[in-house]
Amino acid sequence: MSRYIPNTERERKKMLIEIGCDSEDTLFKNIPEGIRLDRDLNLPGPFTEMELYHYMKKIAEKNITAEKYICFLGAGAYDHYIPSSVNHILGRSEFYTSYTPYQPEISQGTLQAIFEYQTMICELTGMDVANASVYDGATAVAEAANMSCKITRKEEVIVMRTVNPQYRKTLKTYARFKNYEVFEADYQEGTTNLSDLEGLISNKTAAIIVQNPNFFGSLEEIERMTEIKAKYNALLIICVDPISLGLFKSPEKLGADIVVGEGQALGNPLSFGGPYIGFFAAKDKYLRQMPGRIVGQTVDKNGNIGFVLTMQTREQHIRREKASSNICSNQALNALAATAYLTLMGKQGLREVAYQSLQKAHYGYNKLIGTNCFSPGFTKPFFKEFTVRSEIPIDRLNHNLLREGIIGGYDLETDYPELKGFWLVAVTEKRTKGEIDKLAEKVAKTI
Amino acid sequence: MNRKLIFEKSKKGRKGYALPECDVPIQPIEDLIPKEYMKESYPELPEVSEGEMVRHFTALSRLNYGVDTGFYPLGSCTMKYNPKINEDVSRLDGFTAVHPNLPDSAVQGCLELLSKMDIFLSEITGMDRVSLLPAAGAHGELTGLMMMKAYHRNHGEGQRYKIIVPDSAHGTNPASAAMVGYEVVEVKTDSRGNVDVSELQKLMSEEIAGMMLTNPSTLGLFEENICEITDTIHSSGGLVYYDGANLNAIMGITRPGDMGFDIVHLNLHKTFSTPHGGGGPGSGPVGVKRDLVPFLPVPLIENKGGQYICDYDRPLSIGRVKSYFGNFLVIIKAYAYILTMGAEGLRQASETAVLNANYLMHKLKKNYEISYDRTCMHEFVLSGKQQKDKGIAVLDIAKRMIDYGIHPPTVYFPLIVKEAMMFEPTETESLETIDGAAEILMRIAAEAEETPELLKEAPHHTPVARLDEVRAVRKPVLKWHAKNK
Repeated sequence: MSRYIPNTERERKKMLIEIGCDSEDTLFKNIPEGIRLDRDLNLPGPFTEMELYHYMKKIAEKNITAEKYICFLGAGAYDHYIPSSVNHILGRSEFYTSYTPYQPEISQGTLQAIFEYQTMICELTGMDVANASVYDGATAVAEAANMSCKITRKEEVIVMRTVNPQYRKTLKTYARFKNYEVFEADYQEGTTNLSDLEGLISNKTAAIIVQNPNFFGSLEEIERMTEIKAKYNALLIICVDPISLGLFKSPEKLGADIVVGEGQALGNPLSFGGPYIGFFAAKDKYLRQMPGRIVGQTVDKNGNIGFVLTMQTREQHIRREKASSNICSNQALNALAATAYLTLMGKQGLREVAYQSLQKAHYGYNKLIGTNCFSPGFTKPFFKEFTVRSEIPIDRLNHNLLREGIIGGYDLETDYPELKGFWLVAVTEKRTKGEIDKLAEKVAKTI
Repeated sequence: MNRKLIFEKSKKGRKGYALPECDVPIQPIEDLIPKEYMKESYPELPEVSEGEMVRHFTALSRLNYGVDTGFYPLGSCTMKYNPKINEDVSRLDGFTAVHPNLPDSAVQGCLELLSKMDIFLSEITGMDRVSLLPAAGAHGELTGLMMMKAYHRNHGEGQRYKIIVPDSAHGTNPASAAMVGYEVVEVKTDSRGNVDVSELQKLMSEEIAGMMLTNPSTLGLFEENICEITDTIHSSGGLVYYDGANLNAIMGITRPGDMGFDIVHLNLHKTFSTPHGGGGPGSGPVGVKRDLVPFLPVPLIENKGGQYICDYDRPLSIGRVKSYFGNFLVIIKAYAYILTMGAEGLRQASETAVLNANYLMHKLKKNYEISYDRTCMHEFVLSGKQQKDKGIAVLDIAKRMIDYGIHPPTVYFPLIVKEAMMFEPTETESLETIDGAAEILMRIAAEAEETPELLKEAPHHTPVARLDEVRAVRKPVLKWHAKNK
């Protein structure tokens, strides 16, 4: 018997006798004969713990990691430092082995942590309310678009082409089945072409969606967009890098109605793309159209403060087909990571992570341009990610760098056919001057 | 006594982090970024030392109840033991430090694992291909229904806009259907707890896109007429969707694919032992039969002669449903679980889960009403109707269980059973634990008669008593305000 199943043969027999069954087969008598599996499943194993560990380690060793290589790759997932204590909090099994907090009296830990998380997301974004999380940045954008159509009762959204291509694709999938249209506003010199946006927007527009800093790392002229959308009663959805909010104006100040984003950078490892965490915040007046879990503060009969899942009449288990979204399980443990991370970094630390990323990225940009191997890509103000243009194909450049122990930047041609040779390089606070110098040196050598 | 929020513990100037000095030449920030982009004031994040952070969240963790704390028979959630080695292997640097935008050739380990997991889950469910992209069960439902719709459109049957869902279904089923623009038609449950097949037949038309079904159902009962159900749907051109919430009852015993299902989602955070994390991350892979493979979301991982690649060139695909490749670290844990269990282990898990449920149900029969008195699968539903008649709600029974140190079952669901309590003991609980729980529930039944106020006031020993949920909605406090101080 598996080590995860305690009951012995003898105990099972005893239990069968007690319930008046002659064998375990009898328990399955309701399953029609014709569909019973008459063979064993074709699966490997069973592995002992030792065998499993060695096997998994071998698979893991086949991957190239940001642990052994110097990582300059971003494009939606970032190699920021995660303090050790964050992982120790996540390792508390009272957190990770619990279910969604349906019984608040024995879930105050999870509930209070989510309440603190909601507060932090509101602080960062300037919004009034935040939910307990959605799956990732991509689905956060899609859910925000769904929500905007519901609020405005309109059936078109405009997304800037400078929004992460994976987010745009996910949005289009959601929209196609929900029956609303998605238009894309083009860019110029690395930021949204505002006259293109003006040409697309109309009274039918439910929302415009912009990412800031955008997929190219550049800062968008959002205040201009806010003016444009106001004329058409459209909502403004800003998708934002939470680290950047240590330095830059909050989305609320820029005129956002809904703020979403990918929260991976807040204490969650790269993990080959998941689990990450989509954060989701909005103005008060849109609370009842928000997707996902929301925790609220209340009191018990003795006047003690406590926390509960609230505003549940929005949700699937109550409203069924009329729910604001179908989301049930979300990314609670990743939200806990973000909460622990933001607690540690605090007011000064988040600013410093952002500041160092900004300084190092600009140092990196100048260094790469200084090699004379590249011409400038886009020249708009940028945060921690920038573009340079290479004469040699990016895949060859990256391939050569891997051999030197460096994970190079992202090939923008993958998603933008017109951007041949555009290399998107990310520099976080983790990179040292020595590592950036090495990148420049190896680039020069390989080109 | 009220616990403090982390913000109330904050003291100006305290630090919980240390970054190395910025070692690149510093440029004045105004030379890099125009002033109008910059913040004027900084977010009010807490300022605490590392030790204070750790103590705060450790204290919070102790207010929680998890599978590691004790018995957690929450129906339809499969709160089985979460093996520790799976946590360890998912945290290997070779997985956590892999950037998802690396070229396929640099991430062969990750892709190999995903590709093999597709094969394992296809075998377990009897489907032809499985996509590991969906992040949770509801996300799997959404993905599955998108494929259903795409399939019909592709076959010139875009007029099919209704989907049949049993009255016992999870709330996510109708909610997911609405997200793809389907109209929900409910089918009733008959007196044996099965889908009413004659009523189902009456509902069939060319407007029906398909049906969503959980089997065993949320009543914990195997649909005895499952083949008639899938035949009925198929014969009028519909597809049948399997909600995998209850797969823990049938691993290695029967397979959704063999029952006639076309689309299946699984919950790795239920059946395959990955922890639920207090509400996620989960993972909701979705599997399909051959005819639907072209519609699977991108990317799909292919094995080309030993080289694993991500295939995006799939013209009929519904497209992307999230970033990257799914909740990868969760998938690793489930993969490790399957390898540890093997075919025989998975079968034993299901057999034991079913035995444990029947045993507990048998013990509780004397004190609580059973709505459908037949052999159950991995879970069963009791009704607190007898107690309700005497003024005790199921909620009171649930809260009293907390006093005795066990987690309550799922209550007030499924909706078709009055005062429902849905118990799922899982295979990882011992005879003593189950006997102990049965004894507690019998004692609570007696208390309901003798000292009802004990139940109505319960729980008595928790950090907070029952909370005022009405107030939480009427006067929403959804974040901490500095002025609350």
